[in-house]
Amino acid sequence: MSSGSYRYAVVIGASTGIGAELVRQLAASGARVAAVARNRDRLEALVRENPEKILAYVHDVKCPAEVPELFQKITGELGGLDLFIYNAGVMPEIGANEYDFGKDSGIIDVNITGAVAWLDQAALRFDNVQHGTLVGIGSVAGDRGRQGTPVYNASKSFLASFMEALRNRLSKRGITVVTIKPGPVDTEMTAHMQFSHMMSAKDAARITLAKSHKSGEHYLKFTHKIAFWIIRNIPSPLFRKLKI
Amino acid sequence: MSVLIPSDRIGHIEGFGQSSGADGYVYRPTNLEQIQDCFELARKAGRKVVLRGAGRSYGDASILNEGVVLDITRMRQILSWDPRTGVIEAQAGATIEDIWRLTLEDGWWPPVVSGTMFPTLAGALAMNIHGKNNPQAGTIGEHVEEIDVLFPNGELRTLTNQDRLFYAVISGFGSLGAIVRVKLRMKKIQNGNLQVLPLRCANWDEQFAAFEKYVPIADYQVSWVDCFARGKGFGRGDFHAAWYAYDGQEHPLSLNANSQDLPDTILGFFPKSSVWRYLRWFNNRTGMRMINAAKHRSGFISEGRPFQQSLVAFSFLLDFVPDWRKSYLPGGFIQYQSFVPKERAPEVFAHQVELQQAAGLESFLGVLKRHRPDKFLLSHAVDGYSLALDFKITAGNKQRVFALAHKMNDLVLEAGGRFYLAKDSTLRPSDVEAYLGQDTLAEYRKLKSELDPGMLLTSSLAQRLDF
Repeated sequence: MSSGSYRYAVVIGASTGIGAELVRQLAASGARVAAVARNRDRLEALVRENPEKILAYVHDVKCPAEVPELFQKITGELGGLDLFIYNAGVMPEIGANEYDFGKDSGIIDVNITGAVAWLDQAALRFDNVQHGTLVGIGSVAGDRGRQGTPVYNASKSFLASFMEALRNRLSKRGITVVTIKPGPVDTEMTAHMQFSHMMSAKDAARITLAKSHKSGEHYLKFTHKIAFWIIRNIPSPLFRKLKI
Repeated sequence: MSVLIPSDRIGHIEGFGQSSGADGYVYRPTNLEQIQDCFELARKAGRKVVLRGAGRSYGDASILNEGVVLDITRMRQILSWDPRTGVIEAQAGATIEDIWRLTLEDGWWPPVVSGTMFPTLAGALAMNIHGKNNPQAGTIGEHVEEIDVLFPNGELRTLTNQDRLFYAVISGFGSLGAIVRVKLRMKKIQNGNLQVLPLRCANWDEQFAAFEKYVPIADYQVSWVDCFARGKGFGRGDFHAAWYAYDGQEHPLSLNANSQDLPDTILGFFPKSSVWRYLRWFNNRTGMRMINAAKHRSGFISEGRPFQQSLVAFSFLLDFVPDWRKSYLPGGFIQYQSFVPKERAPEVFAHQVELQQAAGLESFLGVLKRHRPDKFLLSHAVDGYSLALDFKITAGNKQRVFALAHKMNDLVLEAGGRFYLAKDSTLRPSDVEAYLGQDTLAEYRKLKSELDPGMLLTSSLAQRLDF
């Protein structure tokens, strides 16, 4: 199946990277898409690319109190909802000996609290209407607690666990619940990092949409699936000696 | 800041054919104030309202994406019943079943019923349903003494057949106001059974000849058409005429509501509740071709021999196999019914079936009925015939079925025919303009702007057809 089967989609965290690409590709396939993000200028630029299909909503996921009303406004203006994607996420640079609660709580606000605020709304709706697809963009980083970005890793681990719980609740009602675990993707979030191979945001979005039709956790590459199976199974005493 | 509708109100609602559905905020009011509250809530939340009864319209007449769904099925009290005059007064959410179960024992039957007993009176009047006695009894609206209608402009009005508006609200597909109370004249009967005469028709000519012969002398008539048959058997089917038993005697046993109940098994042992599961195996072209042929060939057993059948069994054929529509899942089906003046009907319906056969999209069921015109504003009826067709919808055939329907629409319009919104899924705005005409549409729009100035009431159908 292709992304063409969706008629009404919402993407949270839509102004750059995978999110913006998801919006573009969904709109190109004929869906009406609500693009939700903080940056008005970027959203407006995105709307200009396909003004008939893309609707922009300025919102900071650090303001969860706004979510119920905005969710209802968006679904009303879209005319329905069959795909909801939570893509917002932050991964600030963290020093090797840095334990900064201010910085860490910022990650929690976006990657966890914002995710729960939005996904709860979408899950409640899908539970009632008994159809829909819920996608959470996680990360391979959530598979283990690593030295480099402790709270980011934990936040993606939370998301994977939360999505699994939603999947266990909702899949019996005909709802598709998908966790996507991208590896390194060439976006603003990874601009400060150095990887030998990075997937383009365009490819990441395309594969995400292709995999969104089947409930479960999905890596974007087969090699990631193998590599992270191994990484998940490395014994902890050994893992702490490794620099991965 | 607009008003927030409680999130848990949202639900998925579908047309009876299950091929169209929508998510909406569902409210089931129990009194007038709650209906007004729903109107108010929708206004404040910037939403539209769709009226819904039992959801028996096949297409998208009682659904609306992201709207407030005002479902009237909890307003079903019988307010009064007078067995001497045969006039019943009920809240409009009462169903045809609620009515006949109460009145039958006193010797009264609804004057007009649909092929299923589950529609509400509100839905039946919004669509102005007809039955197999349409040429004799007209539509249900012709038997209504008065209705109370709550309009979105806040007015609650009692309408009778002396009011022009009566003829617009009845037939107005729930787009002008909510019918909340109905006073209906029932039909006096002595016997809960009908005398039924089955006749096999070898082709279209015999079908129409049977109607012309029996319409003047029977009380009900209907014919099934095998849309798969070609050549000599093109247009073949089984015709049934039925009469109330006028022997001047009361038959109290047959008037007991329990005596009317349909058996819950087939052939005495096969539980009907599971039949739809097996029906799925046959719900394809090959299976339906076989069933249609077998049905026609087995017709010789009862050919020409009158038999007695309960009013319920004869009238509510759609209720005979519970949940039969599920056999059309996952894609559901659409029903296509067109009404063509009698002079042109044989040619138009034959052409419609030819188009189906050429496209390999034969209707799995064809039902032919006779009709008479009526005075209702958005009437579907003509002095002629209707052919109702069921088309299975799949992901692969939807476009082709709709293209076929559009070709069939053109034939109907060219012949001066009409359509029935309770069944519709395929009309386009230009089709509606063609069959209703500019004057009728102008009158409808004038009433709409007076009674519903904020255009609060709508539906997926109304939006599709630019009403």
